[in-house]
Amino acid sequence: MITARILANGLDRRIAIFLAALVAIAIVVPALNLLLPPDNPLHVPTHVVALFGKYLCYALLALSLDLAWGFCGILSLGHGAFFALGGYAMGMYLMRQIGSRGVYGNPELPDFMVFLNWKELPWYWYGFDQFWFAAIMVLLVPGLLAFCFGWLAFRSRVTGVYLSIITQAMTYALLLAFFRNDMGFGGNNGLTDFKDILGFNVQSAGTRGALFAASALFLALGIAVTATVTRSKLGKLMVAVRDAESRTRFIGWRPERIKLFGFTLSAVMAGVAGALYVPQVGIINPSEFAPANSIEVVIWTAVGGRGTIVGPVIGAVLVNWAKSWFTVALPDMWLFALGALFVAVTLFLPRGIVGMWDQWRSGRKDRRAARGGSAEATVETPVVRAKSVSAPALDAAAPQPAE
Amino acid sequence: MTRQHTILYLDGVSVAFDGFKAINNLSLTLNKGEMRAIIGPNGAGKTTMMDIITGKTRPDAGEVFFDGQHDLTKLDEADIANLGIGRKFQKPTVFEMHTVEDNIALSLKGERGVFAALFDIRTADDQRRIDAILETVRLSARRGEKAAGLSHGQKQWLEIGMLLAQDPKLLLVDEPVAGMTDAETEETGRLLKEIAQTHSVIVVEHDMHFVRELGVKVTCLHEGSVLAQGTLDYVSADKRVIEVYLGR
Repeated sequence: MITARILANGLDRRIAIFLAALVAIAIVVPALNLLLPPDNPLHVPTHVVALFGKYLCYALLALSLDLAWGFCGILSLGHGAFFALGGYAMGMYLMRQIGSRGVYGNPELPDFMVFLNWKELPWYWYGFDQFWFAAIMVLLVPGLLAFCFGWLAFRSRVTGVYLSIITQAMTYALLLAFFRNDMGFGGNNGLTDFKDILGFNVQSAGTRGALFAASALFLALGIAVTATVTRSKLGKLMVAVRDAESRTRFIGWRPERIKLFGFTLSAVMAGVAGALYVPQVGIINPSEFAPANSIEVVIWTAVGGRGTIVGPVIGAVLVNWAKSWFTVALPDMWLFALGALFVAVTLFLPRGIVGMWDQWRSGRKDRRAARGGSAEATVETPVVRAKSVSAPALDAAAPQPAE
Repeated sequence: MTRQHTILYLDGVSVAFDGFKAINNLSLTLNKGEMRAIIGPNGAGKTTMMDIITGKTRPDAGEVFFDGQHDLTKLDEADIANLGIGRKFQKPTVFEMHTVEDNIALSLKGERGVFAALFDIRTADDQRRIDAILETVRLSARRGEKAAGLSHGQKQWLEIGMLLAQDPKLLLVDEPVAGMTDAETEETGRLLKEIAQTHSVIVVEHDMHFVRELGVKVTCLHEGSVLAQGTLDYVSADKRVIEVYLGR
């Protein structure tokens, strides 16, 4: 019955289709890669699996930004920080899995610590030899940072461009911190040279397929969670806070708490995206904290359509696919193309691809209703007109200058 | 008059912004169930007074009590709203992207926690209250439409409906008929009188014709304090009121 009700609604039908498609590609793509021989025309090469697995992580990151920006109105220019922190948590687990197979053969310390002449593991590396611990940290670290940051910022009623600037400062500060060797996260080089994840070789085609499937399924989960939250009363309040924060406050809600919930949930989703990304690309280093990365995420989201759930997913995949093409064909042109894309979207597609599609569809529906069901329209019009007719002297009724 | 019998009690309230005294030793009381109209020239401090009552601005000095017992100077906007003070802004402010019905539903009195909202399911009782309010503010026919599509006057009514949904004891209504057509103004007067039967109401308005229509006690503010108070005829006969506000 619930499924029927969900399917009855056009918007939900779109999400249901999207979820089904993601589950399908989670199964089909790895299967086409692993089960078919390389000369079969339907065979998906391993590098394509890895590439699209990466896109799916970016899509989850864009979705997380959409929850904060599109729904709560928090334009975060530092979402890459949460992605990178999730990535580092996963990277630390992968480093500990190397064990004595590192260059220096130290069973306890990662290579870079041996190189720095460290004698024992820093306390904050404890526990990362366990996957479950790392998995909790993937959620907890970005979530906690977002919670503390948001609590301070939203409580002080920092909004708009000021908030965006401090999110940018946050990711930049983390970039500088993670660059330092004595932070204990591998400095400039970051964490790399991974061997195993949960006992499976990260390089093997099977593991790559599994990571691809996991990325698709977590993206599906992210879409389901976002759709559920945004359709709840809390989701409507998020939009209310985005559009009229003080109105929300004066009817008794606390906008800072609503925003804090959205921002924290969003950071956790970004952390998961980072954790799935790292084993697929094989490295995490401080450049992931670069402000430019976070700004790119904003562009993906804007291109796809903020405030729509599937839009940012589409935007992230399309823009990154274009990036992959450009960086091979016209490497020098990519940044110009990205800038041009952002300008074009801002000018011509302010609601993004999916937003424009929705507008076009609802416009077409209205036009059709106006042509076909004119009975309803003719009832409506005189009612409106009656009111304006009974007010002949609008100017006379105009108020004196408001205080 | 003692504090205990009032719904709103302001005594010796002052607030200054960068040396400019927006409110200067203002004392004003409102009885339970009373409707009061507040008039005054621009800059008289009408909106600042509402900011103080609703917790947006903290007074530098003076007492502000709600319902005889709640010290409003110690509470924030959300607390004050939940105590039972509803405020309509000068410029109609509704949630434009939501339907008319959702606008009321979000304002409905109830648990205000984040998780309560996340797991909220609309009950039949909620629905009855929403329906009743939509009926009161004459918007039942447009319940499914986005609030952005409403006329200016209808947005004003929707905002009044949102206040009613909070089930407040006191409503502060800032310029409810600004920008309305004559027909809408007339209808708003009826609506406010209807509301005043069960609520205490403060109406700030410049439209003298509308104030006369309401037929309630009038307070004229000037330079942050009360200049004159009484029936509209009494206040408009006051020499100082004529000088600063009505014009000769």
